[in-house]
Amino acid sequence: MSKRVGIEVSIALADVVGMANTDVVAAYPITPQTHIVEHLAELVADGELDAEYIPVESEHSAMSACMGSAAAGARTFTATAGQGLELMHECLYVASAMRLPVVMAVANRALSAPISVWGDHSDVMACRDTGWIQIFTENGQEVVDTALCAFRIAEDNNVLLPTMVHLDGFHLSHVIEPIMMPEQSQVDAFLPPNKYPFFLDPARPQAMGDFAPPAIYTETKWAQEVNLQKSKETILKAWKEFAEIFGREYKPVESYRCEDAKILLLTMGSYSETAMTAIDAMREKAECENVGLLRLRLWRPFPTDELRKAVENADVLIILDRALSFGSAGGPVGMEIKSALYDVSKKPKIVNFVGGLGGRDITVGNFEELIKKGIDIAGNGSENEFEIFGVRE
Amino acid sequence: MGKSENELTWKEIEVGCIVTEPGNASQYKTGDWRSQRPTYDFSKCIKCGMCQIFCPEGCINQNEEGYFVADLFYCKGCGICAHECPTFVITMKEEE
Repeated sequence: MSKRVGIEVSIALADVVGMANTDVVAAYPITPQTHIVEHLAELVADGELDAEYIPVESEHSAMSACMGSAAAGARTFTATAGQGLELMHECLYVASAMRLPVVMAVANRALSAPISVWGDHSDVMACRDTGWIQIFTENGQEVVDTALCAFRIAEDNNVLLPTMVHLDGFHLSHVIEPIMMPEQSQVDAFLPPNKYPFFLDPARPQAMGDFAPPAIYTETKWAQEVNLQKSKETILKAWKEFAEIFGREYKPVESYRCEDAKILLLTMGSYSETAMTAIDAMREKAECENVGLLRLRLWRPFPTDELRKAVENADVLIILDRALSFGSAGGPVGMEIKSALYDVSKKPKIVNFVGGLGGRDITVGNFEELIKKGIDIAGNGSENEFEIFGVRE
Repeated sequence: MGKSENELTWKEIEVGCIVTEPGNASQYKTGDWRSQRPTYDFSKCIKCGMCQIFCPEGCINQNEEGYFVADLFYCKGCGICAHECPTFVITMKEEE
Protein backbone atom coordinates (compact mmCIF):
# COMPACT_ATOMS: atom_id res chain seq x y z
CA MET A 1 0.00 0.00 0.00
CA SER A 2 1.08 3.57 -0.62
CA LYS A 3 2.18 5.48 2.43
CA ARG A 4 1.14 9.02 3.24
CA VAL A 5 4.15 11.08 4.25
CA GLY A 6 4.86 14.72 4.96
CA ILE A 7 7.61 15.63 2.55
CA GLU A 8 8.97 18.55 0.56
CA VAL A 9 7.61 18.33 -2.98
CA SER A 10 11.05 18.59 -4.63
CA ILE A 11 12.35 15.70 -2.50
CA ALA A 12 9.28 13.59 -3.22
CA LEU A 13 9.72 14.25 -6.92
CA ALA A 14 13.38 13.21 -6.80
CA ASP A 15 12.40 10.08 -4.84
CA VAL A 16 9.91 8.93 -7.48
CA VAL A 17 12.39 9.68 -10.26
CA GLY A 18 14.65 7.28 -8.37
CA MET A 19 11.84 4.73 -8.01
CA ALA A 20 11.33 4.97 -11.76
CA ASN A 21 14.81 3.44 -11.99
CA THR A 22 16.17 6.39 -13.93
CA ASP A 23 19.47 5.61 -15.65
CA VAL A 24 20.88 9.09 -16.24
CA VAL A 25 20.40 12.51 -14.64
CA ALA A 26 22.23 15.43 -16.26
CA ALA A 27 21.41 18.73 -14.62
CA TYR A 28 22.64 22.14 -13.57
CA PRO A 29 21.30 23.58 -10.33
CA ILE A 30 19.14 26.70 -10.44
CA THR A 31 16.66 28.14 -7.97
CA PRO A 32 13.91 26.97 -7.39
CA GLN A 33 14.72 23.61 -8.98
CA THR A 34 17.83 22.99 -6.86
CA HIS A 35 16.43 20.61 -4.24
CA ILE A 36 15.23 18.22 -6.94
CA VAL A 37 18.65 17.66 -8.49
CA GLU A 38 20.51 17.92 -5.16
CA HIS A 39 18.46 15.07 -3.78
CA LEU A 40 18.98 12.99 -6.92
CA ALA A 41 22.73 13.59 -6.62
CA GLU A 42 22.49 12.37 -3.02
CA LEU A 43 20.59 9.24 -3.99
CA VAL A 44 23.25 8.40 -6.59
CA ALA A 45 26.18 9.27 -4.28
CA ASP A 46 24.71 7.16 -1.47
CA GLY A 47 24.31 4.19 -3.79
CA GLU A 48 20.52 4.20 -3.41
CA LEU A 49 20.00 4.89 -7.10
CA ASP A 50 22.10 3.08 -9.67
CA ALA A 51 22.35 5.91 -12.18
CA GLU A 52 24.88 8.17 -13.84
CA TYR A 53 24.70 11.68 -12.44
CA ILE A 54 26.33 14.13 -14.86
CA PRO A 55 27.07 17.50 -13.22
CA VAL A 56 27.28 19.59 -16.39
CA GLU A 57 28.49 23.19 -16.77
CA SER A 58 25.25 24.70 -18.06
CA GLU A 59 21.66 23.94 -18.93
CA HIS A 60 22.55 23.90 -22.61
CA SER A 61 24.95 21.08 -21.81
CA ALA A 62 22.41 19.43 -19.51
CA MET A 63 19.90 19.04 -22.31
CA SER A 64 22.63 18.04 -24.77
CA ALA A 65 23.82 15.30 -22.41
CA CYS A 66 20.23 14.20 -21.88
CA MET A 67 19.76 13.88 -25.62
CA GLY A 68 22.81 11.65 -25.93
CA SER A 69 21.63 9.58 -23.01
CA ALA A 70 18.10 9.16 -24.37
CA ALA A 71 19.50 8.27 -27.80
CA ALA A 72 21.52 5.51 -26.13
CA GLY A 73 18.22 4.13 -24.78
CA ALA A 74 18.68 5.20 -21.16
CA ARG A 75 15.82 6.48 -19.02
CA THR A 76 16.76 10.13 -18.71
CA PHE A 77 15.70 12.90 -16.34
CA THR A 78 16.64 16.51 -15.82
CA ALA A 79 15.15 19.54 -14.13
CA THR A 80 15.52 23.27 -14.54
CA ALA A 81 13.77 26.61 -14.09
CA GLY A 82 13.57 30.15 -15.44
CA GLN A 83 16.82 31.31 -17.04
CA GLY A 84 18.04 27.73 -17.16
CA LEU A 85 15.12 26.70 -19.33
CA GLU A 86 15.83 29.62 -21.66
CA LEU A 87 19.50 28.68 -21.95
CA MET A 88 18.35 25.21 -23.01
CA HIS A 89 16.00 26.67 -25.56
CA GLU A 90 17.60 25.58 -28.83
CA CYS A 91 18.19 22.06 -27.47
CA LEU A 92 14.50 21.74 -26.58
CA TYR A 93 13.57 21.85 -30.26
CA VAL A 94 16.27 19.32 -31.12
CA ALA A 95 15.15 16.83 -28.45
CA SER A 96 11.54 16.85 -29.66
CA ALA A 97 12.41 16.74 -33.36
CA MET A 98 14.77 13.80 -32.81
CA ARG A 99 11.99 12.14 -30.77
CA LEU A 100 14.06 11.61 -27.65
CA PRO A 101 11.95 10.75 -24.58
CA VAL A 102 13.66 12.93 -21.97
CA VAL A 103 11.58 13.79 -18.89
CA MET A 104 12.17 17.22 -17.39
CA ALA A 105 10.69 18.89 -14.32
CA VAL A 106 10.45 22.67 -14.58
CA ALA A 107 10.09 24.59 -11.33
CA ASN A 108 8.42 27.53 -13.05
CA ARG A 109 10.16 30.84 -12.42
CA ALA A 110 9.97 34.41 -13.69
CA LEU A 111 12.53 35.66 -16.21
CA SER A 112 15.17 38.36 -15.81
CA ALA A 113 15.62 41.30 -15.89
CA PRO A 114 15.27 42.33 -13.13
CA ILE A 115 16.28 39.07 -11.48
CA SER A 116 13.41 37.26 -9.86
CA VAL A 117 13.82 33.78 -8.48
CA TRP A 118 10.10 33.57 -7.71
CA GLY A 119 7.41 31.78 -9.60
CA ASP A 120 5.35 32.58 -12.65
CA HIS A 121 4.90 31.02 -16.09
CA SER A 122 7.18 33.27 -18.18
CA ASP A 123 9.78 30.53 -18.59
CA VAL A 124 7.40 27.87 -19.86
CA MET A 125 5.44 30.16 -22.14
CA ALA A 126 8.64 31.02 -24.02
CA CYS A 127 8.99 27.25 -24.63
CA ARG A 128 5.39 26.76 -25.69
CA ASP A 129 6.20 25.85 -29.28
CA THR A 130 9.20 23.59 -28.72
CA GLY A 131 7.32 20.36 -29.50
CA TRP A 132 7.45 18.96 -25.96
CA ILE A 133 4.49 17.41 -24.18
CA GLN A 134 3.75 19.78 -21.28
CA ILE A 135 1.70 19.05 -18.18
CA PHE A 136 0.96 21.48 -15.33
CA THR A 137 0.54 20.32 -11.76
CA GLU A 138 -1.52 21.70 -8.90
CA ASN A 139 -0.09 20.13 -5.75
CA GLY A 140 2.66 17.84 -4.50
CA GLN A 141 0.66 14.70 -5.14
CA GLU A 142 0.15 15.68 -8.73
CA VAL A 143 3.83 16.45 -9.16
CA VAL A 144 4.77 12.95 -8.02
CA ASP A 145 2.03 11.27 -10.05
CA THR A 146 2.71 13.32 -13.17
CA ALA A 147 6.43 12.54 -13.05
CA LEU A 148 5.66 8.81 -13.14
CA CYS A 149 3.15 9.30 -15.94
CA ALA A 150 5.66 11.46 -17.84
CA PHE A 151 8.14 8.57 -18.20
CA ARG A 152 5.35 6.25 -19.28
CA ILE A 153 4.03 8.74 -21.87
CA ALA A 154 7.37 9.98 -23.22
CA GLU A 155 8.82 6.49 -23.69
CA ASP A 156 5.68 4.93 -25.20
CA ASN A 157 6.75 3.84 -28.68
CA ASN A 158 3.66 5.51 -30.17
CA VAL A 159 4.83 8.81 -28.68
CA LEU A 160 8.61 9.09 -28.21
CA LEU A 161 8.51 12.74 -27.23
CA PRO A 162 10.25 14.65 -24.46
CA THR A 163 7.88 15.66 -21.67
CA MET A 164 7.90 18.58 -19.22
CA VAL A 165 6.33 18.40 -15.80
CA HIS A 166 5.60 21.94 -14.63
CA LEU A 167 5.49 22.74 -10.94
CA ASP A 168 5.25 26.30 -9.66
CA GLY A 169 8.55 27.53 -8.24
CA PHE A 170 8.44 27.76 -4.40
CA HIS A 171 4.64 27.48 -4.19
CA LEU A 172 5.11 23.81 -5.06
CA SER A 173 8.84 23.12 -5.19
CA HIS A 174 9.60 24.26 -1.65
CA VAL A 175 6.50 23.36 0.35
CA ILE A 176 6.04 20.34 2.56
CA GLU A 177 2.85 18.49 1.76
CA PRO A 178 1.22 15.21 2.70
CA ILE A 179 1.88 12.98 -0.29
CA MET A 180 0.91 9.36 -0.94
CA MET A 181 4.28 7.97 -1.94
CA PRO A 182 3.94 4.91 -4.19
CA GLU A 183 5.22 1.45 -3.40
CA GLN A 184 8.04 0.19 -5.61
CA SER A 185 5.79 -2.67 -6.77
CA GLN A 186 3.15 -0.16 -7.93
CA VAL A 187 5.74 1.84 -9.84
CA ASP A 188 7.05 -1.33 -11.47
CA ALA A 189 3.54 -2.41 -12.43
CA PHE A 190 2.77 0.96 -14.00
CA LEU A 191 6.08 1.79 -15.62
CA PRO A 192 7.61 -0.78 -17.97
CA PRO A 193 11.35 -0.58 -18.77
CA ASN A 194 12.31 1.96 -21.42
CA LYS A 195 12.34 0.25 -24.82
CA TYR A 196 13.58 3.07 -27.02
CA PRO A 197 13.58 1.48 -30.49
CA PHE A 198 16.27 3.60 -32.17
CA PHE A 199 19.01 3.31 -29.54
CA LEU A 200 22.52 3.99 -30.78
CA ASP A 201 24.22 0.72 -31.68
CA PRO A 202 27.43 0.24 -33.70
CA ALA A 203 25.86 -2.90 -35.21
CA ARG A 204 23.08 -0.76 -36.71
CA PRO A 205 24.66 2.54 -37.78
CA GLN A 206 22.35 5.54 -38.04
CA ALA A 207 22.54 9.31 -37.97
CA MET A 208 20.18 11.47 -35.92
CA GLY A 209 19.24 15.11 -36.40
CA ASP A 210 20.82 15.17 -39.83
CA PHE A 211 20.40 17.61 -42.60
CA ALA A 212 17.04 18.06 -44.36
CA PRO A 213 16.85 20.03 -47.61
CA PRO A 214 13.73 22.02 -48.54
CA ALA A 215 12.34 18.96 -50.34
CA ILE A 216 11.94 17.07 -47.08
CA TYR A 217 11.81 19.56 -44.17
CA THR A 218 8.06 20.28 -44.44
CA GLU A 219 7.25 16.54 -44.40
CA THR A 220 9.50 16.04 -41.36
CA LYS A 221 7.90 18.86 -39.40
CA TRP A 222 4.37 17.78 -40.28
CA ALA A 223 5.12 14.22 -39.15
CA GLN A 224 6.33 15.70 -35.85
CA GLU A 225 3.18 17.80 -35.42
CA VAL A 226 0.82 14.90 -36.20
CA ASN A 227 2.71 12.78 -33.70
CA LEU A 228 2.45 15.39 -30.93
CA GLN A 229 -1.29 15.88 -31.54
CA LYS A 230 -1.80 12.12 -31.55
CA SER A 231 0.11 11.68 -28.30
CA LYS A 232 -3.04 12.79 -26.46
CA GLU A 233 -4.50 9.30 -26.95
CA THR A 234 -1.53 7.77 -25.14
CA ILE A 235 -1.62 10.45 -22.44
CA LEU A 236 -5.29 9.68 -21.71
CA LYS A 237 -4.56 5.95 -21.71
CA ALA A 238 -1.62 6.40 -19.32
CA TRP A 239 -3.77 8.47 -16.93
CA LYS A 240 -6.52 5.83 -17.05
CA GLU A 241 -4.12 3.04 -16.21
CA PHE A 242 -2.53 5.20 -13.52
CA ALA A 243 -5.98 5.58 -11.93
CA GLU A 244 -6.50 1.81 -11.99
CA ILE A 245 -3.30 1.22 -10.02
CA PHE A 246 -3.13 4.32 -7.81
CA GLY A 247 -6.79 5.38 -7.59
CA ARG A 248 -6.17 8.98 -8.63
CA GLU A 249 -7.72 10.22 -11.87
CA TYR A 250 -6.33 12.99 -14.04
CA LYS A 251 -7.84 14.83 -16.98
CA PRO A 252 -6.55 17.34 -19.56
CA VAL A 253 -8.99 19.96 -18.24
CA GLU A 254 -10.00 19.64 -14.60
CA SER A 255 -13.19 21.22 -13.32
CA TYR A 256 -14.36 22.22 -9.85
CA ARG A 257 -18.00 23.02 -9.05
CA CYS A 258 -18.76 23.52 -12.73
CA GLU A 259 -21.96 21.43 -13.04
CA ASP A 260 -24.26 24.46 -12.74
CA ALA A 261 -21.65 27.15 -13.32
CA LYS A 262 -22.24 30.01 -15.74
CA ILE A 263 -19.15 31.93 -14.74
CA LEU A 264 -15.87 30.07 -15.05
CA LEU A 265 -12.42 30.99 -13.85
CA LEU A 266 -9.53 29.23 -15.59
CA THR A 267 -6.10 28.88 -14.01
CA MET A 268 -3.01 26.71 -14.40
CA GLY A 269 -0.70 25.23 -11.81
CA SER A 270 -0.83 25.69 -8.04
CA TYR A 271 -2.94 28.86 -7.92
CA SER A 272 -6.03 26.78 -8.58
CA GLU A 273 -5.93 25.52 -4.98
CA THR A 274 -6.40 29.08 -3.73
CA ALA A 275 -8.93 29.71 -6.47
CA MET A 276 -11.02 26.72 -5.28
CA THR A 277 -11.23 28.25 -1.81
CA ALA A 278 -12.35 31.53 -3.37
CA ILE A 279 -15.02 29.73 -5.40
CA ASP A 280 -16.29 28.02 -2.24
CA ALA A 281 -16.36 31.34 -0.39
CA MET A 282 -18.27 33.12 -3.14
CA ARG A 283 -20.82 30.34 -3.39
CA GLU A 284 -21.23 30.26 0.39
CA LYS A 285 -21.73 33.99 0.70
CA ALA A 286 -24.32 33.71 -2.08
CA GLU A 287 -22.50 36.60 -3.77
CA CYS A 288 -22.12 34.53 -6.84
CA GLU A 289 -23.66 31.08 -6.76
CA ASN A 290 -22.94 30.05 -10.30
CA VAL A 291 -19.16 30.31 -10.32
CA GLY A 292 -16.84 27.38 -11.07
CA LEU A 293 -13.19 26.69 -11.74
CA LEU A 294 -11.42 25.12 -14.69
CA ARG A 295 -7.77 24.13 -14.59
CA LEU A 296 -5.77 23.43 -17.69
CA ARG A 297 -3.45 20.51 -16.88
CA LEU A 298 -2.41 19.49 -20.36
CA TRP A 299 -0.84 22.45 -22.11
CA ARG A 300 0.79 20.63 -25.04
CA PRO A 301 -0.77 19.04 -27.00
CA PHE A 302 -3.51 21.60 -26.39
CA PRO A 303 -6.77 19.85 -25.43
CA THR A 304 -9.07 21.80 -27.78
CA ASP A 305 -12.00 19.35 -27.66
CA GLU A 306 -11.97 19.02 -23.88
CA LEU A 307 -11.74 22.77 -23.42
CA ARG A 308 -14.63 23.48 -25.80
CA LYS A 309 -16.75 20.92 -23.94
CA ALA A 310 -15.81 22.37 -20.55
CA VAL A 311 -17.01 25.87 -21.47
CA GLU A 312 -20.08 24.98 -23.56
CA ASN A 313 -22.62 26.05 -20.92
CA ALA A 314 -20.72 29.06 -19.60
CA ASP A 315 -21.62 32.72 -20.16
CA VAL A 316 -18.34 34.15 -18.92
CA LEU A 317 -14.83 32.68 -18.95
CA ILE A 318 -12.24 34.52 -16.88
CA ILE A 319 -8.69 33.43 -17.70
CA LEU A 320 -5.73 34.10 -15.42
CA ASP A 321 -2.38 34.11 -17.20
CA ARG A 322 0.86 34.15 -15.19
CA ALA A 323 3.01 35.51 -18.02
CA LEU A 324 3.00 38.52 -20.28
CA SER A 325 3.37 38.00 -24.00
CA PHE A 326 4.98 41.35 -24.67
CA GLY A 327 3.39 43.45 -27.38
CA SER A 328 0.57 41.03 -28.07
CA ALA A 329 -3.19 40.94 -27.59
CA GLY A 330 -3.28 38.98 -24.33
CA GLY A 331 -1.64 36.44 -22.09
CA PRO A 332 -0.40 33.29 -23.83
CA VAL A 333 -3.16 31.11 -22.35
CA GLY A 334 -5.85 33.72 -23.01
CA MET A 335 -4.86 34.05 -26.66
CA GLU A 336 -4.68 30.28 -27.10
CA ILE A 337 -8.15 29.79 -25.65
CA LYS A 338 -9.64 32.63 -27.70
CA SER A 339 -8.22 30.90 -30.75
CA ALA A 340 -9.65 27.53 -29.72
CA LEU A 341 -13.12 29.04 -29.29
CA TYR A 342 -13.18 31.35 -32.30
CA ASP A 343 -14.96 28.84 -34.55
CA VAL A 344 -17.45 27.75 -31.90
CA SER A 345 -20.86 29.36 -32.41
CA LYS A 346 -21.98 29.45 -28.75
CA LYS A 347 -19.09 30.59 -26.64
CA PRO A 348 -18.65 32.49 -23.40
CA LYS A 349 -17.50 36.08 -23.18
CA ILE A 350 -13.79 35.87 -22.42
CA VAL A 351 -11.97 38.17 -20.00
CA ASN A 352 -8.21 37.69 -19.81
CA PHE A 353 -6.18 38.78 -16.77
CA VAL A 354 -2.42 38.65 -16.37
CA GLY A 355 -1.29 38.44 -12.74
CA GLY A 356 0.75 36.55 -10.19
CA LEU A 357 3.97 37.65 -11.87
CA GLY A 358 7.35 37.02 -10.23
CA GLY A 359 5.88 35.27 -7.20
CA ARG A 360 3.19 37.88 -6.43
CA ASP A 361 0.57 36.13 -4.34
CA ILE A 362 -3.02 36.02 -5.44
CA THR A 363 -4.93 35.43 -2.22
CA VAL A 364 -8.43 34.05 -1.77
CA GLY A 365 -9.65 37.65 -1.42
CA ASN A 366 -7.75 38.65 -4.58
CA PHE A 367 -9.40 35.83 -6.50
CA GLU A 368 -12.85 36.96 -5.37
CA GLU A 369 -11.96 40.48 -6.48
CA LEU A 370 -10.62 39.16 -9.82
CA ILE A 371 -13.79 37.17 -10.49
CA LYS A 372 -16.03 40.14 -9.65
CA LYS A 373 -13.96 42.40 -11.89
CA GLY A 374 -14.17 39.80 -14.65
CA ILE A 375 -17.95 39.62 -14.39
CA ASP A 376 -18.12 43.42 -14.52
CA ILE A 377 -15.90 43.60 -17.64
CA ALA A 378 -17.88 40.81 -19.31
CA GLY A 379 -21.04 42.86 -18.80
CA ASN A 380 -19.80 46.38 -19.43
CA GLY A 381 -16.85 45.82 -21.73
CA SER A 382 -13.32 47.20 -21.51
CA GLU A 383 -11.03 49.24 -23.70
CA ASN A 384 -8.25 46.72 -23.10
CA GLU A 385 -7.59 43.43 -24.89
CA PHE A 386 -6.49 42.05 -21.52
CA GLU A 387 -6.23 43.32 -17.96
CA ILE A 388 -3.20 43.43 -15.69
CA PHE A 389 -4.22 42.27 -12.21
CA GLY A 390 -2.85 43.72 -9.02
CA VAL A 391 -0.64 46.42 -10.47
CA ARG A 392 -0.39 49.61 -8.39
CA GLU A 393 -1.56 52.62 -10.35
CA MET B 1 17.73 4.75 -50.85
CA GLY B 2 14.27 3.83 -52.17
CA LYS B 3 12.26 6.88 -53.14
CA SER B 4 14.00 10.14 -53.87
CA GLU B 5 13.57 12.95 -51.34
CA ASN B 6 11.17 14.68 -53.72
CA GLU B 7 8.76 11.74 -53.61
CA LEU B 8 8.72 10.84 -49.89
CA THR B 9 5.45 11.66 -48.09
CA TRP B 10 5.33 12.73 -44.42
CA LYS B 11 4.16 9.22 -43.49
CA GLU B 12 7.22 7.66 -45.10
CA ILE B 13 9.80 9.78 -43.30
CA GLU B 14 11.76 7.79 -40.70
CA VAL B 15 10.77 8.65 -37.09
CA GLY B 16 12.68 11.79 -36.13
CA CYS B 17 14.08 11.94 -39.69
CA ILE B 18 16.74 9.45 -38.57
CA VAL B 19 19.11 8.37 -41.33
CA THR B 20 19.11 4.58 -41.15
CA GLU B 21 21.27 3.90 -44.20
CA PRO B 22 24.88 4.74 -43.38
CA GLY B 23 26.81 6.77 -45.93
CA ASN B 24 23.82 7.67 -48.07
CA ALA B 25 25.02 11.28 -48.30
CA SER B 26 27.02 10.00 -51.31
CA GLN B 27 23.70 9.69 -53.15
CA TYR B 28 22.95 13.38 -52.69
CA LYS B 29 23.56 15.28 -55.93
CA THR B 30 25.25 18.48 -54.78
CA GLY B 31 26.12 19.10 -58.45
CA ASP B 32 22.62 20.61 -58.70
CA TRP B 33 23.84 23.65 -56.76
CA ARG B 34 26.39 24.59 -59.42
CA SER B 35 26.08 27.74 -61.52
CA GLN B 36 29.60 27.50 -63.01
CA ARG B 37 31.51 24.39 -64.07
CA PRO B 38 35.27 23.82 -64.30
CA THR B 39 36.70 23.37 -67.82
CA TYR B 40 40.25 22.17 -68.50
CA ASP B 41 43.20 22.91 -70.82
CA PHE B 42 45.27 19.84 -69.96
CA SER B 43 48.14 20.97 -72.24
CA LYS B 44 49.20 23.26 -69.32
CA CYS B 45 48.65 20.65 -66.57
CA ILE B 46 51.69 19.49 -64.55
CA LYS B 47 49.62 16.91 -62.60
CA CYS B 48 50.59 18.51 -59.26
CA GLY B 49 47.21 17.71 -57.66
CA MET B 50 46.81 21.14 -55.96
CA CYS B 51 43.21 21.29 -57.20
CA GLN B 52 42.43 17.96 -55.54
CA ILE B 53 43.99 19.06 -52.24
CA PHE B 54 42.02 22.32 -52.13
CA CYS B 55 38.65 20.99 -53.36
CA PRO B 56 36.30 21.42 -50.34
CA GLU B 57 33.90 18.85 -51.75
CA GLY B 58 36.60 16.15 -52.21
CA CYS B 59 35.19 15.42 -55.62
CA ILE B 60 38.37 15.70 -57.76
CA ASN B 61 39.99 12.44 -58.90
CA GLN B 62 42.80 11.48 -61.27
CA ASN B 63 41.67 9.96 -64.56
CA GLU B 64 43.43 7.17 -66.47
CA GLU B 65 45.83 9.64 -68.10
CA GLY B 66 46.75 11.11 -64.70
CA TYR B 67 44.87 14.41 -65.08
CA PHE B 68 42.74 15.72 -62.21
CA VAL B 69 39.03 16.10 -63.04
CA ALA B 70 36.01 17.14 -60.91
CA ASP B 71 33.08 14.72 -60.59
CA LEU B 72 30.18 16.87 -61.76
CA PHE B 73 27.65 14.81 -59.72
CA TYR B 74 29.14 16.46 -56.61
CA CYS B 75 31.02 19.57 -57.89
CA LYS B 76 29.24 22.69 -56.55
CA GLY B 77 31.16 24.98 -58.91
CA CYS B 78 32.89 27.01 -56.18
CA GLY B 79 35.91 27.69 -58.43
CA ILE B 80 38.55 27.14 -55.71
CA CYS B 81 40.36 24.64 -57.99
CA ALA B 82 40.58 27.26 -60.75
CA HIS B 83 41.85 29.85 -58.26
CA GLU B 84 44.51 27.55 -56.80
CA CYS B 85 45.80 25.92 -60.04
CA PRO B 86 49.44 27.20 -60.44
CA THR B 87 49.45 26.74 -64.24
CA PHE B 88 45.98 28.12 -65.05
CA VAL B 89 44.56 24.85 -66.44
CA ILE B 90 41.05 25.44 -65.13
CA THR B 91 38.55 28.04 -66.35
CA MET B 92 35.10 28.36 -64.79
CA LYS B 93 32.32 28.58 -67.39
CA GLU B 94 28.67 29.54 -66.78
CA GLU B 95 26.25 26.62 -66.72
CA GLU B 96 23.59 27.05 -69.40
